[in-house]
Amino acid sequence: MGVNETLGEYSDLFMLLAAMTYLVAFLGFAWDMASSSKTLKAVDQRAASAQNAQQTTSKVSTVAAGAGAQAESTSHEGLTGPSDRVARIGSGRSASVSDSVAAQSMDYTGERRVAARVGVSITALAFVVHLAAVLARGIAADRVPWGNMYEFCTTGALVVAGIFLGALTRKDLRFLGTFVIGLVLIMLCAATIGFPTPVGNLIPALQSYWLVIHVSVAVIASSLFTLTFAMSVLQLLQSRREAALAAGQSPGMAFMKRVPAALNLENLAYRINAVGFVLWTFTLMAGAIWAEEAWGRYWGWDTKEVWTFVIWVVFAGYLHARATRGWTGTRAAWLCIVGYLCIIFNFAIVNVFFSGLHSYSGL
Amino acid sequence: MRRTTGEEELRPDDGGRPDEGGRPDEGGTDRGAATERDAGAGTESGAGKGAVDVGQGAGRTKKSRRKKSGKDDVVLPALGFIGMLRFVWRQLTSMRTALFLLLLLAVAAVPGSLFPQRPTNAAAVDQYIEDHPVVGPWLENLQLFDVYSSVWFSAIYLLLFISLIGCVVPRTAQHAKAMRSKPPRTPRRLSRLPEYSAMAIPAAAGVTPSSAIEEAAAMLKKRGYRVDVRDRDTGRPSVGAERGFLKEVGNLLFHICLIGVLISVAVGGMFGYSGQKTLVEGDTFVNTLVGYDSFEPGNNFDRGQLDPYSIRLDDFSVTFDRQSEANYGQPLDYTAEMTVTESPGAEPEQQVLEVNDPLSIGGTNVYLLGNGYAPVVTVRGGNGNVAYKGPVISLPSDSSYTSSIVIKAPDAQPSQLGFVGLFIPTAVVGKDGRTVASDPDPLNPQLLLDSYYGNLGLDSGDPQNVYALDVKGLNQLNGRQLDTGGIVLKAKETYKLPEGKGSISFDGLKRYIAIEVHHDPGKMAVLMCSSLALLGLIMSLFIGRRRAWVRAGAHDDGRTMVEFGLLARGEDYRLDAERDKLRELFGRKWLVENGQPDDDDRKDK
Ligand code: HEM
Repeated sequence: MGVNETLGEYSDLFMLLAAMTYLVAFLGFAWDMASSSKTLKAVDQRAASAQNAQQTTSKVSTVAAGAGAQAESTSHEGLTGPSDRVARIGSGRSASVSDSVAAQSMDYTGERRVAARVGVSITALAFVVHLAAVLARGIAADRVPWGNMYEFCTTGALVVAGIFLGALTRKDLRFLGTFVIGLVLIMLCAATIGFPTPVGNLIPALQSYWLVIHVSVAVIASSLFTLTFAMSVLQLLQSRREAALAAGQSPGMAFMKRVPAALNLENLAYRINAVGFVLWTFTLMAGAIWAEEAWGRYWGWDTKEVWTFVIWVVFAGYLHARATRGWTGTRAAWLCIVGYLCIIFNFAIVNVFFSGLHSYSGL
Repeated sequence: MRRTTGEEELRPDDGGRPDEGGRPDEGGTDRGAATERDAGAGTESGAGKGAVDVGQGAGRTKKSRRKKSGKDDVVLPALGFIGMLRFVWRQLTSMRTALFLLLLLAVAAVPGSLFPQRPTNAAAVDQYIEDHPVVGPWLENLQLFDVYSSVWFSAIYLLLFISLIGCVVPRTAQHAKAMRSKPPRTPRRLSRLPEYSAMAIPAAAGVTPSSAIEEAAAMLKKRGYRVDVRDRDTGRPSVGAERGFLKEVGNLLFHICLIGVLISVAVGGMFGYSGQKTLVEGDTFVNTLVGYDSFEPGNNFDRGQLDPYSIRLDDFSVTFDRQSEANYGQPLDYTAEMTVTESPGAEPEQQVLEVNDPLSIGGTNVYLLGNGYAPVVTVRGGNGNVAYKGPVISLPSDSSYTSSIVIKAPDAQPSQLGFVGLFIPTAVVGKDGRTVASDPDPLNPQLLLDSYYGNLGLDSGDPQNVYALDVKGLNQLNGRQLDTGGIVLKAKETYKLPEGKGSISFDGLKRYIAIEVHHDPGKMAVLMCSSLALLGLIMSLFIGRRRAWVRAGAHDDGRTMVEFGLLARGEDYRLDAERDKLRELFGRKWLVENGQPDDDDRKDK
């Protein structure tokens, strides 16, 4: 059980380096947003005026469409593609709105975004440094690097950055960059400033393989919820912007043009939240099993357990909301945000200020 | 399945009817992945009537949809008592109510983390009430010190579970029926479905519409669909197919297992028990009611349930961190060597008890929850006779094991003696001249005591806290606050009390452990149910339930035209991938290059 304190100090140093590198990446993403807003503002204004003109025509076409639906047709030529599909796909969103948001698929387009590219590459670099720091910490302590607040924060931030980078290889989620890297920065700052803890061994209560299972899954779930939190916030902004566009007003927030439509954000967030919820359910269960092993009861309404439960119920509510009329869209996004705030509360406030059996904050 | 009102939940799953549960009108957006209601309009007016339509009409517009959903908003029906009950039941089992109750449950759970709770920390509750004389009693009346068994918290979760049962039972029946019934009729206009594609098979391929449909049915079947070929002998045969019934099975499993969890927890609470005991090295604990220091039985506990096993603490060792400078003295390991006798007369067995590694004996689990020092003392009365001899448990209050200790010697003659003070394993004198603890190991153990004589009040028969000495009515002999000073005892030393009241000697040191014994008969069932719930959840969230229809017809120029559409029930973002897959399968079978440009721009999805 040797603790290598020299290596631990190197780890701290690397952590600082990683934080600084993330800061540069953050600036890159911010620059991307800002530069886009200049060029895109003009586009938006054009879109808004076009929308004004279009509104009158769309009314007419709706009537025509309704009539068309009644008509019978036996023509075989229809096989190649009915025109109504276009209308249905776009329903609720006029052409000008789709022009003013990013592509639905969130796939990469050929567009050159130098700042965003810089942001991504520097994020990757920061991730490598960060990974080295976390690994060094684990090796220095000769155990998994998540045994106290400092370690939860730094490892959690690593997972957030890793999942973000992983997702970037498949989808163009660079619009999340400022948000996600901003959160990673906050987590690293919180760790190094708020909960600095030298490397050490684990107290007996934490010496269990459940620490590996329970905490790692919790960290992954929280990281996923971090992403969906960012998406939900953007979704709220975007849906306001879309409403403004649809009403023919100038929507402002031109940087949001880089961001997909609210509906697409919502759908993607839902998919991620579904995975997050399964993992959180598992976290809850694994925690209960561990509690049963360590303290003799699987559930005791300890502060930490209460909040884990509250988070679980809020996200169950979110999943229900998505299936309840009048509760999708904006309200579901709010539930997702509330759920994430509960996670932050559970982590930051409960660990630090509440006393309970889970007093392992290392403070 | 997006259920919206109670009414819809009860509706038979005919798949072809337009779903009136309108879609959310939120944020001016519309859901891209449409569900079955979009197909409804086409199906309703009769299947297979012949048209592979051009579909120049735009789909049902949002406006008309809104109107529809407005219609089945809550209107209080003017019905009798039964009608009223039905109405209430429907409201209770609606998705909206479930959601509301869920959110309420989340909110209701919070106060339990803000206020101290009786079941876990009764002392803190008393302290809180003492500190807040005005709000305290109010909070008490509102059961805020016992949130999780309060009337209101129970009401919320019981309502939620009633709602859940009311939801799950009809859905199970409905799904059982759906699993037995045929795939739904082919919508008249497949092009209206969220995913749609069409292809033309060259005349040279020699595929007739009916053979195409038979082959399509076979291919779909291989992909796990249940298929039903209809209008076989007409010019426009079609096949309806459906798969992913396990999604709904998973959903039902999940919700039913939640009920199972609740029941198991209740059973465990009723028939289980837990108890605490401190064991000094060398002590034996026998699992009988009198063996416990404290005991909490469930409502239906019967003392015959206790298995009279015995366990002895032979040795307890603690390892502290001696390498790390930053964490010097932090505990690394607690190990209790136990001798376990499963039943009276059985062969004793050596076992090791550790944190995170309970013993399991006689249907119970024994946990290591705490530890500390038990100084061995001898107290003699004024007459020189031994009044008390043995270890006394001290309660540690910090990581250096600064421990409070109370020693009572009611047998001392001529007057009873009592001592209150501290035990310090490694005593050093601090800057201000006070003795403090500097290390958790017993490197320089000391007892610092105040002494009293008089009637300790133990004879009155009232239960007394062994860890506290009520000094009211006692005469103080000496004390650390007094000029005379208190008792300072190092190992092996003896101190003679003033006024010839007797003496106390510090003979040795033992460690003790606090164990907790638990019996919870519901525990395994909770684990089973929650594991199944997790399985159901995964099935429900990640299986795609979808329907597919393929229709074929002959073109005048001899080509065979095939079109197909797909519809998801519930959230399914892989529907377009499935369409592409089917297109590829059909294409390979019928030897057309995927040449026909796709009918729409859905690639951008
Ligand atoms: C005990 C509290 C409940 C919890 C924790 C809970 C949790 C969940 C979760 C996590 C889901 C999403 C996963 C899935 O589709 O299986 C879900 C779906 C669903 N729940 Fe519940 N539920 C509860 C009570 C209820 C009640 C009372 C109802 C009946 C009104 C209900 C009806 C449904 C329905 C219909 C779905 C499917 C929604 C969809 O298709 O997306 N649930 N529930």
